[in-house]
Amino acid sequence: MSTTETQKIEELTNKEYKFGFVTDIETDSLPKGLNEDTIRQLSAKKNEPEWMTERRLKAFRHWLTMEEPKWSNVTFPPVDYQDISYYSAPKNKPKYNSLDEVDPELLETYKKLGISLEEQKALAGVAVDAVFDSVSVATTFKEKLNELGIIFCSMSEAIREHPELIQKYLNSVVPITDNYYAALNSAVFSDGSFAYVPKGVRCPMELSTYFRINAANTGQFERTLIVADEGAYVSYLEGCTAPMRDENQLHAAVVELVAFDNATIKYSTVQNWYPGDKDGKGGIYNFVTKRGACRGVNSKISWTQVETGSAITWKYPSCILQGDNSIGEFYSVAVTNNMQQADTGTKMIHIGKNTRSTIVSKGISAGKSQNSYRGLVKITKKAENARNFSQCDSLLLGDKCGAHTFPYLEIKNSTAQVEHEATTSKIGEDQIFYLNQRGISTEDAISLIVNGYCKEVFKELPMEFAVEAQKLLSISLEGSVG
Amino acid sequence: MLLEIKNLHARIAGNEILKGINLKVNAGEVHAIMGPNGSGKSTLASVLAGREEFEVTQGEIIYNDKNLLELSPEDRAREGVFLAFQYPVEIPGVSNTNLLKTAVNEIRKYRGEQELDAMEFLTLLREKSKLVELDQKFLSRSVNEGFSGGEKKRNEIFQMAVLNPTLAVLDETDSGLDIDALRIVANGVNKLKRKDNATIVVTHYQRLLNYIVPDFVHVLYQGKIAKSGGKELALELEEKGYDWIKNGKAEVVNA
Repeated sequence: MSTTETQKIEELTNKEYKFGFVTDIETDSLPKGLNEDTIRQLSAKKNEPEWMTERRLKAFRHWLTMEEPKWSNVTFPPVDYQDISYYSAPKNKPKYNSLDEVDPELLETYKKLGISLEEQKALAGVAVDAVFDSVSVATTFKEKLNELGIIFCSMSEAIREHPELIQKYLNSVVPITDNYYAALNSAVFSDGSFAYVPKGVRCPMELSTYFRINAANTGQFERTLIVADEGAYVSYLEGCTAPMRDENQLHAAVVELVAFDNATIKYSTVQNWYPGDKDGKGGIYNFVTKRGACRGVNSKISWTQVETGSAITWKYPSCILQGDNSIGEFYSVAVTNNMQQADTGTKMIHIGKNTRSTIVSKGISAGKSQNSYRGLVKITKKAENARNFSQCDSLLLGDKCGAHTFPYLEIKNSTAQVEHEATTSKIGEDQIFYLNQRGISTEDAISLIVNGYCKEVFKELPMEFAVEAQKLLSISLEGSVG
Repeated sequence: MLLEIKNLHARIAGNEILKGINLKVNAGEVHAIMGPNGSGKSTLASVLAGREEFEVTQGEIIYNDKNLLELSPEDRAREGVFLAFQYPVEIPGVSNTNLLKTAVNEIRKYRGEQELDAMEFLTLLREKSKLVELDQKFLSRSVNEGFSGGEKKRNEIFQMAVLNPTLAVLDETDSGLDIDALRIVANGVNKLKRKDNATIVVTHYQRLLNYIVPDFVHVLYQGKIAKSGGKELALELEEKGYDWIKNGKAEVVNA
């Protein structure tokens, strides 16, 4: 890179995080610390049935026997789990029938993020179950969904109203013993979303949840469960931004997807949590377990993620392809800048016959960040005629960042066809100059080039989300890539 | 006068390439810059466009009463300087349309003009694509990605048509073109010629000048303009070869 480009990158890198602000709303929090009493109190505050409390305790006891995993390509100081408050809810929390009843300050917060509920309501049919901190405060379009038999509500509500479904499917894809963070989440999860789409129903709108970490020192442990019954279709959108914080905040969510015969689940994420300042101070730790099970024949699960935020991202949205002819897809854009670290990718586990999986991963590294792709393609013995195509591209901006690719292949069936393509490139000075010569500034040129590079992933996002994703990418480019 | 280059010296990585170029270009004129390989032709084109690797050590360039060397590459473009690249770069995932829409509107913003709306812009694209006989399908394709050599060059002239520059610099636009493509490209350039714009055609061969007829021909040798003349100079050069210039250094003008 030439000197002015380097300067430009540095100059832009030093811009402040745009979404850094704190909403001043009284919160009702549990004191810091984690023990069986805290979990009982948490469960009691949420009016949970006994069986749920017991599940949480079981997970907690198992978690105590586990150790924090160390294998990722990220480094961070040890997390003090006793220094976190495990429950925080906005005080005026009753369910509202309309937005008019919602605390105006909350709505203002959403407005600042450019994702106001009104705006969304007005937009073509996006049902929003907004999670502000830990408790759902607004649920819309519920009636319309009810008519079709679709359940879309907060996890807390689902535990009370639909215990049979929760008991059957919660932890059915990610067992409480699965990993350290999943066990912790199973013990202390605050809230999240639950969606159930019954047989043969095509959900007529994109289901959407905006997560936002707000109260200080509140680790947020979201829990999401989506079940698509036979022949059902659902597209779920998850988008997040967080206000500026000085202390690291742990986020250990669990997302489980279950697709039965001929069902399709499309899960899209745009993640823009506070990444920390340019020296790496503050920022969110995002240690997430996301997994989908294609249980039925011809079922399909598609993950699309655009990750621009968090100090540390550590997640692998995965597909277990059990049903014959089932399909798993993973489309990812991960942007890291400054001191950000990301170790992300996917696992495609082929079990059924004629199962197919596609992986398209686009990593963009800037500043002094480290961006790793880690992916497993596993073809089990009985998975006749399994196919996988993986494409992992890395784009480097500047010369102080790193891109790493860790592909793992486990193939136990000789009929499998597995393809892996990987490229690493630097953003070309020639490309930038070419665009400059057409009257386009360096900042806009890089934005164009990077958006072009991510096109394959963006086209997988639902229309309104693709616009949001590009916006987020531009914002993070403004403050990150130069 | 549209462009005046005075005693221009430029170097790259410590090597002096341009050693005192003097050139005057008026609106409405077509100038051809010829010369053997390594004489500095492409360097001159790059310096005009503002490529940063080249360091200007001496001299000045006045364009439209402005000091061109003080302007950033994008501002030069917005002021109406266009470079048709010798090696147009590929930009995967960015469509021609998207690039041009961004470019046109950036230039219009700079000039205090209203941005074009989608319809006006598409009308402009369709009209200009006919000028270089460019198939509509190229509009939605990624910039130069998978284009043949000829298609890339045609695409440069198409961009030039859309951006409508005041000073166009064509850097070896003829290289790698078959005779049909050459004719199409040259036709495009000729149709874009107006009283208030000028073109500098940088070329190694006389061939292109059969189609784009220059008002002046300058022969660049060892970083200086060794000889200037009318269009007949190109023919003479074709006949006698560059050795004629190399051996006849006594004739050097503008020294």
